[in-house]
Amino acid sequence: MRVYEVLFIVAPNTEEESIESLITQLSDVATNQGARIAKVDRIGRRRLAYPIQKFHEGHYVVLTVEGSGTEIAELERRMRVVDAVIRYITIRIDEDLKRAEKFRAKRAVKAAAGGRKTRRRRSEPMIPVGADNNDEEEGDEA
Amino acid sequence: MSNEPREPGRRDDRDRKPGGQGGRRFIRARKSCKFCADKVDYIDYKDARLLLSYVPERGKILPRRISGTCAPHQRMLATAIKRARNAALIPFATD
Repeated sequence: MRVYEVLFIVAPNTEEESIESLITQLSDVATNQGARIAKVDRIGRRRLAYPIQKFHEGHYVVLTVEGSGTEIAELERRMRVVDAVIRYITIRIDEDLKRAEKFRAKRAVKAAAGGRKTRRRRSEPMIPVGADNNDEEEGDEA
Repeated sequence: MSNEPREPGRRDDRDRKPGGQGGRRFIRARKSCKFCADKVDYIDYKDARLLLSYVPERGKILPRRISGTCAPHQRMLATAIKRARNAALIPFATD
């Protein structure tokens, strides 16, 4: 199963109700295809960094979708058709989240077990262990 | 670009430590990765405020040699900035 983050920007001249209905409409598209809407995040009205279709502002909406990937194609097709959506971006995040989880786990293990070990190693002198032994052997020969 | 007022705390400040005599002595504080220090695992492209601190006035991505970010985090940062640009959260270029 894949997790996607679908961000889209709604034109600033659309009314509040139509934004609401657009969100439910798009969510229904995804759920009908067998996906699950994990989260709907309405960031709200924001200034655009550059004009898009001569708009300088936009309503940002982020949907977190869990599914197989086929519903994303349908979702994007819908968003292309709807005029109120001036920009959309879909990002697959499950792999990134997995990686972040791995890092976190690694750090937890390190903190639990190896935290002291690494610190001691750093404080040790830079002479490798093998060099020390060699010196002693040479001394015996002489 | 040169006419614009310089923003404080940008490139100039972190680039060089004052007091270098004749340019010979370089006592520069070791730059460290801010994301490693904060234990950031994933850089969110929606966090425009964070990303803008790595995008100077011109709109380019701040290089690693200046910000001191480690390679893995710089990679994450670069993709996040590129995503944010497409989402109109960050400008592509400004002049």
